[in-house]
Amino acid sequence: MKTYYNPEDLKKFGNISEFEPNLAKKFFDYYGEVFKEGALTAREKSLIALAVAHAVQCPYCIDAYTSDTMEKGCDEQQIMEAVHVASAIKGGATLVHGVQMMNKYKELSM
Amino acid sequence: MNTKSLLSQKHQLSSTKSQVDFLEDSTLTKFSEKLIQQNLFPLTPIPLEVFQVNIGKMCNQVCKHCHVDAGPDRKEIMTRETMQLCIDAIKVSGATTVDLTGGAPEMNPDFRWFVEELSILGKKIIVRCNLTIIVANKKYNDLPEFFKKHKVEIVSSLPYFTASKTDSQRGDGVFEKSIQALGMLNSVGYSKKESGLILNLVYNPSGAFLPSDQSSLEKEFKLKLKSLYDIDFNNLFAITNLPISRFLEFLVNSGNYDNYMEKLINAYNPIAAENVMCRNTLSISWNGFIYDCDFNQMLEMKIDVEEKRQHISNFEINGINQRRIKTNQHCFGCTAGSGSSCSGNVA
Repeated sequence: MKTYYNPEDLKKFGNISEFEPNLAKKFFDYYGEVFKEGALTAREKSLIALAVAHAVQCPYCIDAYTSDTMEKGCDEQQIMEAVHVASAIKGGATLVHGVQMMNKYKELSM
Repeated sequence: MNTKSLLSQKHQLSSTKSQVDFLEDSTLTKFSEKLIQQNLFPLTPIPLEVFQVNIGKMCNQVCKHCHVDAGPDRKEIMTRETMQLCIDAIKVSGATTVDLTGGAPEMNPDFRWFVEELSILGKKIIVRCNLTIIVANKKYNDLPEFFKKHKVEIVSSLPYFTASKTDSQRGDGVFEKSIQALGMLNSVGYSKKESGLILNLVYNPSGAFLPSDQSSLEKEFKLKLKSLYDIDFNNLFAITNLPISRFLEFLVNSGNYDNYMEKLINAYNPIAAENVMCRNTLSISWNGFIYDCDFNQMLEMKIDVEEKRQHISNFEINGINQRRIKTNQHCFGCTAGSGSSCSGNVA
């Protein structure tokens, strides 16, 4: 069955340079720099990436950063806590708009 | 968790021929092609440093990833006569280090005799101790004192600083017993300042992925083991799982084989290839045959010298020093990323 997402496409990410090499090079150079050990460890960055992957619901990123966090020595509890951070922020972002809703409700109410 | 070796299960992959056929039956890049690209084929030895002796496949554990397919049901162990032949060979080999492995080497009834004899030779002695053997039976409880007496360097596997990840790879209850044994080694002075007693740990991934940066893992292990269990150790070696024996069986059964091999091949590091351990190591099997490394031993790929010289009873160092090292697809495990050896990273 054909689907929009194909796991094999993850390996072809670099192929985006085929249509526009200059911007792709800039992007991948930047990407590589971002994930280097810095003020944050490469491990911390990988956990952030995993959380963001869930927030943006990217199956490629979830695949890649589940492997990457495991390679960097994270266990199942740590990676699930990262997902809960993403969930809490997404849930919180929904709920905090409830204040806007309440403001409008009160504005319109007698 | 399975408590039987592949051999005892009569599993197809317990046959070394099946393993080699499986590894070779692939359209993936060949290891030899990579070596040819960097003018490193055939691999040749550099001066011998490490004389590794596998003194038996018997073990008190049945780890899921074990490349030896060791376990309590394995009865192959080295005799004292073969150990004596090893000692004779070590004397003329030029090796500075003798590395004892298994199985659980301590289960060989002549283990202590062998260590005592090696100690007289004045060589650095490494014992690959699985930790739990120290607490497995009263007769092993004094091993820390014995190791201390002979200044044995200990190298022990501990896949993680939590019970769940350790036990999932090495068996139920292994983590707790390992921590207990590490405490016993620390208490006789291992990894304590100025004791000169070295205790190194081995990290290897609990699944189909590559190990991370060795120094980052070491920092994390040191922090956690100290804060949670008051355990000290010297160095952490990050070792890649090679696709042979039980780990190969896991890869095949879990559908991870192709992806894992691609990962290893994509991570090929030419610098690691120059420094692979088989160049400065020899590996001897329980029955006295000579191999380039412990992995080639488990695939029964004997050293490339004339047949009668493949056994320790006819050890001849000049021919060995001029041999071609045998390689195959499993060797990608030693050249991925920062490289992997029995002493961790090589690049």
